[in-house]
Order: sequence, then structure tokens, then C-alpha cells
Amino acid sequence: MLFKKTSNFFVGLPTFVWLLLFYALPVLIVFFLAFKPVDSAGGIGAGWTLSTLKELGNPNYPAIIWRTFWLGIVSTVICIAAAVPISYYLSRMSNQLRNVFLMLIIVPFWTNFLIRIYAWRVFLHSDGVFKHLLMFVGLADESTVLLYNQWAVLTVMVYTYIPFAVLPIYAVAEKFDFSLLDAAKDLGAGSFHAFRRVFLPGIMKGVWTAVMVVLIPAFGAYLIPDLVGGPTSELVGDKIAQRVFVDRNLPHASALSALLMLAVFLPLVGTLWIRKLKQRNVERRDADARS
Amino acid sequence: MRGANGRSRFPLFVTLLTLIFLYTPLIVVAVASFNASKYGGAWTGFSLKWYERLFQDRAIWEALVNTLVIALIATVVSTLLGTLAALALHRSRSRFKGVYSALVHTPLVVPDILQGIGLLLLFVTVLSTFGEWIRRTFGLECGLGMTTIVIAHITFCLSYVTMVVLGRLQEFDRSMIEAAQDLGASGFYTFFRVTLPIISPGIIAGALFAFTLSIDDFVITFFVKGAGDTTLPIYIQSAMRRGTPAVINALSVIFLLMTFVLVFITQRLLMDKKETQK
Repeated sequence: MLFKKTSNFFVGLPTFVWLLLFYALPVLIVFFLAFKPVDSAGGIGAGWTLSTLKELGNPNYPAIIWRTFWLGIVSTVICIAAAVPISYYLSRMSNQLRNVFLMLIIVPFWTNFLIRIYAWRVFLHSDGVFKHLLMFVGLADESTVLLYNQWAVLTVMVYTYIPFAVLPIYAVAEKFDFSLLDAAKDLGAGSFHAFRRVFLPGIMKGVWTAVMVVLIPAFGAYLIPDLVGGPTSELVGDKIAQRVFVDRNLPHASALSALLMLAVFLPLVGTLWIRKLKQRNVERRDADARS
Repeated sequence: MRGANGRSRFPLFVTLLTLIFLYTPLIVVAVASFNASKYGGAWTGFSLKWYERLFQDRAIWEALVNTLVIALIATVVSTLLGTLAALALHRSRSRFKGVYSALVHTPLVVPDILQGIGLLLLFVTVLSTFGEWIRRTFGLECGLGMTTIVIAHITFCLSYVTMVVLGRLQEFDRSMIEAAQDLGASGFYTFFRVTLPIISPGIIAGALFAFTLSIDDFVITFFVKGAGDTTLPIYIQSAMRRGTPAVINALSVIFLLMTFVLVFITQRLLMDKKETQK
């Protein structure tokens, strides 16, 4: 093509250097600064210390870490549970209608994140439409507060991440051979049985991608609990932001971030590794079959 | 729940319910933006006063200009770097490819708060180590500001551009390039007359993604900005903190319309790619 093999190196070099400096290096620095002391001006002091790590023993933290964990898992499960039937439905639609539906799902995905959260603040406002509706049906009274609790946080997390879950699952479902489902039904399988035993395994790769792209950002959620949650629904992300913007303790923020980074990277590396092993097994089996 | 052809209606039901869930809050905001009442609890009449107030607010215009300047620089640089990375990845047969690919693709899933704090810590470390020296030797005052915001935006946009352009590169038929070369075209000629025209919709779509991501970003910008810097999302957040002024409803509607147009164009470009293939 344009350049020969050695020059391909130079084509890729600028981006490589950029990402090394502004992506890989920051990741490393997060781990590194957890061992530095704070200085009086809110910067980073000289020398090394383990005191920041000891501060992570803060009695409030286990509850916050647990909440981050379960809110992440529950919102991922809900998003996937909705995304699978949606992808199924979309991939069986006529082309024109499908483009309209896809567009309707993509638009919220690209809408400003703050505005989506803001819309929920308006919607769930104590003087807003939804509360009036609930009061009208008799499910709420004047004193009900819909915002600032973990249910509001969960709702907005699901709201934010549903398009993230639909897109990768749909991408795989679109290529699924639906005659397999008809074949299963001809052989006597009920439609739910056929769905579970034929369709689900067929789209599993998309489901795992969806789990990664929902769960990982969910663990790092910060704006959602900050804006629709209250003191009883703080997540790890809020704590990191507080250490940076409220009491300017950068080493403490970096220790918390390092913890979150591990929670994010270990499953990510694990999943990729398992996928690679599986692929290698398949290749070996193919090679065996050929010989 | 079964349709005439015996298929379950459950998927249709979930899809419609999700769309209602996705759009109800947005519609409520859009309606509230035309409501004369400040808090939007009850309808007190149609009014355009929030839009008028929006256009009179100087702070918003300043934030808008900053947002556009940052987005333009970030889009140009990240599109260039991202396209180069896609070309290199597509062609590479080296053992190094896995590392390069991980470096380009993992930022797509790392939570933005971690990218934000990582960059903040990097900038703080560099500035506290070399800041004094730079000021003495070059006479430049340096701190967190527009430059650090632009660097951060280029970094998170880059991976998206690479993903889109690489997707396009992998879709088209390699034999076209081989045909061009068999017919005696030079590498340079092939690149500009065959490869580039084929991947250009991907590059444009990637650039539009980058632009949208940049004008939308709050979290990373918030971490790496200097004290006085505002962008539109920063402005919206501080307005939200001060309460829920109705001006934000109007601003949201304008933002929504902008997104609709951008998504529409991007979708068109990506769909066009599928048709040319057939």
C-alpha cells in the first residue's frame, strides 16, 4: 500500500506516543501517587508514605464500595434484559422501519449526558409531572421525595446505559440466521425454548461486549449519583471527586482511583484472556479436524 | 401475547416500553421550555421568554465559543491521529499489534472519571516539576486551562475515530488495492486514488463522532480545567447546582436538536457505506 513495512511503523508512531503520554502514563501515575503524602497547598508532597493506604480503612468505605458494586450489577442486568428482546425485535424488522427505530435508540445515546440527567431532575422534581401523576393515582402524597435516593440513581443509570447495551447485542443479532429458529420450532421446540437454546447462545458474544461496556462505566459513575442521588447513595466516583474538589487531597483521590482501576481492569483483562483461550481451542480443534 | 403469525409480541412490548422510557423525560423538558412558569409544575401559558433570556446571557455565549474552539481543534487532531492509527493497525502483521490495539481500544471502556483524574494527576505532576522552569526560561505562565482541556479531548476522541475508520477499512475489499497495484499504480497513487476515497466516509463519520463527544464532555473537562474556564456542559452543571433555572430547559432543547442533526448525518454516511458495498 502507501508505505512499505518499516514505514508502517512511522504511520503508527505519533498516535502511539500520544497514547503512551496521555493515556498509559496517567494510568500509572494514579497507582504511583497513592504512595505520596499531601502538602499543605493541596499539591503533592515530597517523600513516600503508606498513610494514604491506611486511610482507605475509613469505616464509611465498605458500604460505599458495596453500593457501587451492586448498583453496577443490577443496572447491567436490567439493561441486558431489555436489550436482548429489543435486538431480537429490531433484527426481524423490515429495513426501513429498523433504521427509524435504530435512530430513535441512538439519539439519546448521543444526547448530552448532563441534559439527560437534568431531564430526570425535571421529571422527578417534587413539583414535577411524574409526582403529580403518582399523587393522582394515589401512589404518592405531598411529602414523597422521588429524587436523591438510590432508586433515582439506579433509574438514571439504566436510562443512560440502555443504548450502550442495545448497540453491541443488535450488531450480533443482525447477523443471526433466523432460519435456525424456524428449524428448532419445526423440530417441536416452543418459541421460548427455541429463543433460549438457539437465539441466546447465538448472540452471546454481543451480550458479553454489552456487559463490559455497561458494567465498567457503571462502576465509575460519578455525575449521576452526584446530581440525582443523596448522601445515602454516594458511590466511589463521588468520593474521588470530593477528594479532588472539596478537600484537595490528591493522593487520597489517587488511592481510591487505583482501587477502581483494578476493579475495572481485572475483569476486562480476564474476559479478553478467556476469549483468546477459547479462540485458540477452536483453532486447534479445526486444525485437528483437518489433519 | 401472540401476534397473528404466532410470534410472541413480548419483544415489541419491551421495545416500545424502552422507547417511552427513553423519551418521556426529554419530552417533559421540551414542553417545560415553552412554559411561562419557572418550575414547570403547572402549565401557566406558552412563552418564548426562556429562549430570549438564553440569547441575552453573555456567559453562555462565552461558554459556547470555548466549546466550539476546543471541539474543532480536538476533532482535527484526533481525526488525523486516529486515522493514522487505523491505517497502521489494519496493515500491521507485527507481534506488537496486540499491544498497540489494546492501547487504542481500552480507553473506550475506561470510566471517564479515571481518565479525568489520571490526566489531572499527570498535569499537576508535570506542572509542579517543570512549571517554574518553563516560566523562567520561556517567560510563559502555565497552569491548567484551555491547553490541558484540548489535550484531554484529543485523547478520548482518538480511540473513537480509530474504531470507526478501522471498521471501514476492514469492510472494503482488499482486492481493489491489489488490482490497482497490479495495474502499475504506485503506493502513493493507490493510497490517494483508491484507499482514501473508500475510507473517507469513515473518516468523516469519525470526525463527527469526535466533535459530538467533545462538545458533550463534562467529567474529564471538569477535572483538567483551570479555575475560570467554562464550556457549555460546565455552564449547565453550575446552573443546575444553583437550582434548576428554566433557561436550561431551552438550552437542552437546542442541544437535542443539534444532536438529532449530527446523528442523522452520521447515520447517513454509515448507511451509504453499506449501500456502496452491495
